[in-house]
Amino acid sequence: MDGVVKPKTRQSKRFLESRAPKLTENVKNAMIMKGGNTSQVVSQTLKNIYSLKKPTALLYKKKNITRPFEDSTSMEFFSKKTDCSLFLFGSHNKKRPNNLIFGRLFDFHVLDMIELGIEKYMSLSDVKGKTCPEGTKPMLVFAGDSFNTDNEYKRLKSLLIDFFRGPTVSAVRLAGLEHVLHFTALDGKIYMRSYRCLLKMSGCRTPRIELEEIGPSLDLVLRRTHLASDDLYKLAHKQPKALKPKKKKNISHDVFGTKFGRVHMQPQDLTKLQTRKMKGLRKRKGEAMADEGKKAKIVNGQS
Amino acid sequence: MAECNVDELLAKAQQDEAEKLRSITVHKELDLEFDVGNLLAIDNNRIETRDFKGQNKEEFLRSLARDNTQLLINEIWKLPTERVEEVIVAKLPEPTTLLPREKRPPKAKPATKWEQFAKLKGIQKKKKTNLVWDENAKEWRRRWGYKRVKDDTKEWLIEVPENADPNEDQFAKRVTAKKERVAKNELNRLRNIARSQKGKVPGVGLTPTAQQSKDDLGRAVTVAKTSTASMGRFQDRLPKEKPAKNMGKKRKFEPLIGDFSNERQKQLELLKVLGNKTPKLDITKAVNKQMREEDREEAAAKYRKGAGKKGRKGNNMSGKGKGKGGKGKGVKGKGGKPGGGGGGGGGGKKRSKAGKH
Repeated sequence: MDGVVKPKTRQSKRFLESRAPKLTENVKNAMIMKGGNTSQVVSQTLKNIYSLKKPTALLYKKKNITRPFEDSTSMEFFSKKTDCSLFLFGSHNKKRPNNLIFGRLFDFHVLDMIELGIEKYMSLSDVKGKTCPEGTKPMLVFAGDSFNTDNEYKRLKSLLIDFFRGPTVSAVRLAGLEHVLHFTALDGKIYMRSYRCLLKMSGCRTPRIELEEIGPSLDLVLRRTHLASDDLYKLAHKQPKALKPKKKKNISHDVFGTKFGRVHMQPQDLTKLQTRKMKGLRKRKGEAMADEGKKAKIVNGQS
Repeated sequence: MAECNVDELLAKAQQDEAEKLRSITVHKELDLEFDVGNLLAIDNNRIETRDFKGQNKEEFLRSLARDNTQLLINEIWKLPTERVEEVIVAKLPEPTTLLPREKRPPKAKPATKWEQFAKLKGIQKKKKTNLVWDENAKEWRRRWGYKRVKDDTKEWLIEVPENADPNEDQFAKRVTAKKERVAKNELNRLRNIARSQKGKVPGVGLTPTAQQSKDDLGRAVTVAKTSTASMGRFQDRLPKEKPAKNMGKKRKFEPLIGDFSNERQKQLELLKVLGNKTPKLDITKAVNKQMREEDREEAAAKYRKGAGKKGRKGNNMSGKGKGKGGKGKGVKGKGGKPGGGGGGGGGGKKRSKAGKH
């Protein structure tokens, strides 16, 4: 009942405002939950991904006996309660071992769900080196031509970008670009690797990169998908008009890139134009009168 | 000699540059697609499975990652930088990948009644300062809220106006007046919301007012009860409440895919009726209406005769009188036509029964 019941405290008002639909939206929160039965691989993976996405993710401790692909109502209910539009559901059964379902919602209804199976896995705790501090915005790299050609892979790419990119920032600290997430699509499998990047001295300004493997590394295989219909997908991408960049009128570019603009002026009388004063050429009083007299004569003569 | 030296120097400089750049250049067949706003790089080059299987998998992936990351870092380093609190920061452009939104874009709220009026009259909002100078306290006080400038509630003396009752409690009067103003404001706010959502605001009798009579409440109860799909037949009743007599007819809808012949028949009849220029006459209905009309006229004539003879008959016939009044209303309402009279009679009957409750 929006608007009818007014919030009584400022804190509750701020809370409601943060959850209301806005022009530029907040960072998408993710809920990470376990299914009816989970293996150790799955639970560890969920914990690792939670630590990757730390401030903008919620990890549920208890098991939820639901099947997202059959019945998405419980997901929608949770998302409404916690205002999360991404979810990661991990489960394990004989038919689908080590299962991960990545999903996202639009307007609290399921938009896309993609099921991935974990084949090989290395956890954060196995890594010797130092890990990146939590909350760093990772760099994302997608390799493999199937991410551009296959429809399901395209959606998966979009979903993974949505999931792992952090908040949208206007500027980034150059020394803080440490974390890289690399996804490779090859032979029907998707390899996710996470590296810490070390900026080494090179001869010029741009540093040379050396990578050190950290973090969860997963070998995934694509299983079922539930993709949104085209028109729902289009609707979800609709940007409000106010966000569109305002077009500046009167500016045009030609082929060579020269910028043109138009200046509108009122008609000018070119005879009364103020040009440079040349004192020497200025007419004396007597001469001026004689000139006028001449002009008048000519005019009379003609008429 | 000098020329040779210059040439040599130039060549050496070029070589040095090339060497420097070698450490950060990466050779790729297809250029990567960059979305620097999201710190994203997409590599569309084909990956040969031969290479993958030959080498150690991890090493292959790592070198691929290193190359791609190097290219992305090169792109990021091309951005304009600035120094913010002893830290060098690169300004990122807007992200270019289109990602779906979380929620729908917000809808523009329709203007409230006052806003419409202000727009019409050209009244601008005047921004008021938060603090006002208070002469009595000789300091800046808020315009509203805690410890405000003109606080009515804190007054210990209220003059009784000349035309007011001396025994009236002026303080209580102020309090009730404020409560009424608050309630009115709340009502207007809710009305604005209802108007913006195009919700149906219930009629005057059904919105809660200060003093509601028994009739109003009764009417509100019946309206609320019958506004269900089964016309209030299964609604719970209070222990001593009598069941309502006239429930109204529940609309019955034909199933979507039922009797095809029946549906066809109905559609054809409808077309026939629409096609006709002259109205169809249902003889039985017309005859019944005529008979009812005649009966009513006879009864009216008898009543007038009866009232003339025995004056008190009017009181006894109060129920019927009400009914007649209702019928009369109905007739007037429908323009007094004979067809309307029949319909009005039916409506009037209903009304009289409601009155009896």
